[in-house]
Amino acid sequence: MSFAMFIQHVFNALSLGSLYGLIAIGYTMVYGILRLINFAHGDIFMVSTYIVLFCVTLFHLPWGVAVLVTIAGTALFGVVIDRIAYRPLRSAPRISALISAIGVSFFIENICIVLFTGVPRSMDSVRNELLVRTIKLGSVSITPLAVFVPVCSFLLVAGLMWMLYKTKPGLAMRAISKDIETTRLMGVKVDSIIALTFAIGSGLAAAAGIMWGMRYPQINPFMGVMPGFKAFIAAVFGGIGSVQGAMAGGLILGFVEIMIVAFFPELSGYRDAFAFVLLILVLFVRPTGLFGEELEDKI
Amino acid sequence: MKKALIALAVIIIICAGWFAMKPASGPSANADTIKIGVYLPITGGNAVGGGLELDGVNLAYEEQKEVLGKKIELIVVDNKSDKVEAANAVKRLISKEKVNAIVGTYGSSLAMAGGDVAEKNGIPMVGTSCTNPMVTQGKKYSFRVAFIDPFQGAGASQYALDELKAKTAACLIEVTTDYSVGLASFFEDHFTKNGGKIVAKLNYQSGDQDFTAQLTEIISKNPDVLYIPANFAEAAIIMRQARELGAKFEILGGDATDNPEIVKIAGKACEGYSFTTFAYAPEMPEMNETQKAFTESWKKLYKDKLPNALAACGYDAYSIIIDAIKRAGSAEPEKIQEALAKTVDFPGVTGKTTINATHDAEKSIGIMRIVGGERKFYKVVDPK
Repeated sequence: MSFAMFIQHVFNALSLGSLYGLIAIGYTMVYGILRLINFAHGDIFMVSTYIVLFCVTLFHLPWGVAVLVTIAGTALFGVVIDRIAYRPLRSAPRISALISAIGVSFFIENICIVLFTGVPRSMDSVRNELLVRTIKLGSVSITPLAVFVPVCSFLLVAGLMWMLYKTKPGLAMRAISKDIETTRLMGVKVDSIIALTFAIGSGLAAAAGIMWGMRYPQINPFMGVMPGFKAFIAAVFGGIGSVQGAMAGGLILGFVEIMIVAFFPELSGYRDAFAFVLLILVLFVRPTGLFGEELEDKI
Repeated sequence: MKKALIALAVIIIICAGWFAMKPASGPSANADTIKIGVYLPITGGNAVGGGLELDGVNLAYEEQKEVLGKKIELIVVDNKSDKVEAANAVKRLISKEKVNAIVGTYGSSLAMAGGDVAEKNGIPMVGTSCTNPMVTQGKKYSFRVAFIDPFQGAGASQYALDELKAKTAACLIEVTTDYSVGLASFFEDHFTKNGGKIVAKLNYQSGDQDFTAQLTEIISKNPDVLYIPANFAEAAIIMRQARELGAKFEILGGDATDNPEIVKIAGKACEGYSFTTFAYAPEMPEMNETQKAFTESWKKLYKDKLPNALAACGYDAYSIIIDAIKRAGSAEPEKIQEALAKTVDFPGVTGKTTINATHDAEKSIGIMRIVGGERKFYKVVDPK
């Protein structure tokens, strides 16, 4: 393999991995606080691509405005899902909320088939021409998007870290993840903080959705399933509950997927299988993941 | 007295039940209507193709609503682009609706799942655009109006060799569909037999959206042609990513990309893309009588849609069943099966169709090319 080709693969992996990472953060934040795997997260991601598409094609919003509206809209969507499907089950056994999440996931997929039909749609109108033209660097071809995606992802994660460690709501979130009842006794409005968590997780999924749509400009109601699974693997790999871990897990998964194909082209059909093998191995060897904390039993 | 009344009531109920059940269990061939079942993917990944074919079936039905003096009833079931749903759809058509024959489906994997059920129940089924050889292999009741993959893969290879002057080729294959794997292996056979060389063969799975790793590898091998027997949505983003990565080679695909949506999704990236398909297009230069008639009546029924090859396949599948019923003089599933197997030179919209010993259609292959954002009928190829 030539050096130029390797660099090409690195760029491919970087943008794929950072998208996985962004989606994984939504899983990890909700899990960290509620110990709930929000299986509808991949579908929230999918809905965001439709929102941005309709913002641009139906309402003719300028690109920047459409992006902001989409992130806000998807955040609201996440909050509504929490309010309807999870909050009434807050004191129920954890498995009930999990089943509710699976139900929400199927519901969103199928309602989208009814509303938008199963026909894949083109995201061409959402693609910003500045970001998708090809630039040649020697024999490496990159689109500005391939750089824009990781940079944007890292900025968003940096912002989130700042929020978590430097602000009051961030402090409240970290407190809830340690002990929800005690935090409530301290006068924290637990339900609003949980809603905020869903809003942030969904907003990041929307950012990933917009970038995903620009990079792979074809969307359909089931497009969230596979990236959702992959992001879940990334979250577990990085240590579920840890934001840095989710981003690292996403990047590692992206690199594994791309490099498998790069170094063993004949194994390219098993690319997805490797992702799941990785999940099983992590659960065997280090169930808490890369950055995960040992879970102590709460009394 | 009371006991006698109860006994009478019981007898009446039993009799009523008997009569109520009678018509449902009676053989459908004696009924006043002949039922033709249709199972197609109306939702899911193959929804566009299924929808186009359904338009064709509906048009054929509008033209021929009666046969042998009996009314035809058309029953359409969605197979949701899913193998399990396809088997269920056929089960429903046979056991609940009691159809005499079945049209369907788009998608070889779906047709195989559905064909197994039809075979068990002895109901003839005519496939529309399913092209994998295994759809009809070893099956008495499965037929199709489509040519099979060896034919189509060989046609693509013939075109690559003759028209594109290709010496090397690469394949990017969706390993989870029989259609893609089959087409690619037959392309490879024909291409290598005729002096070409396959320099790279890479795989991906259904639902994948990132092909950059595979394409980077293919670009490094610098083939003259890339063969992608993919569904249109994947083909479109493969082309986009290939061009973004700076690929210069020609790209070639199969009939699953015969869909106007491909231009919308791939944009400029699909310029020059060519694919094998059924030999019908509304703008093809030399049309025969059947093709002219189909184009005319299409324009009357569907004002805002263009006629296309997939719709023509749906149309042909329905028409060939009606033709078989006429020749058999009966709508008995057994008789339809016998007549279908003997079809010779049926004047279909997608060419003169002869059903051969393996129940597949023998006919020419059309090549289409995307020029200036428009799909243009390029030429008809007869693979050697």
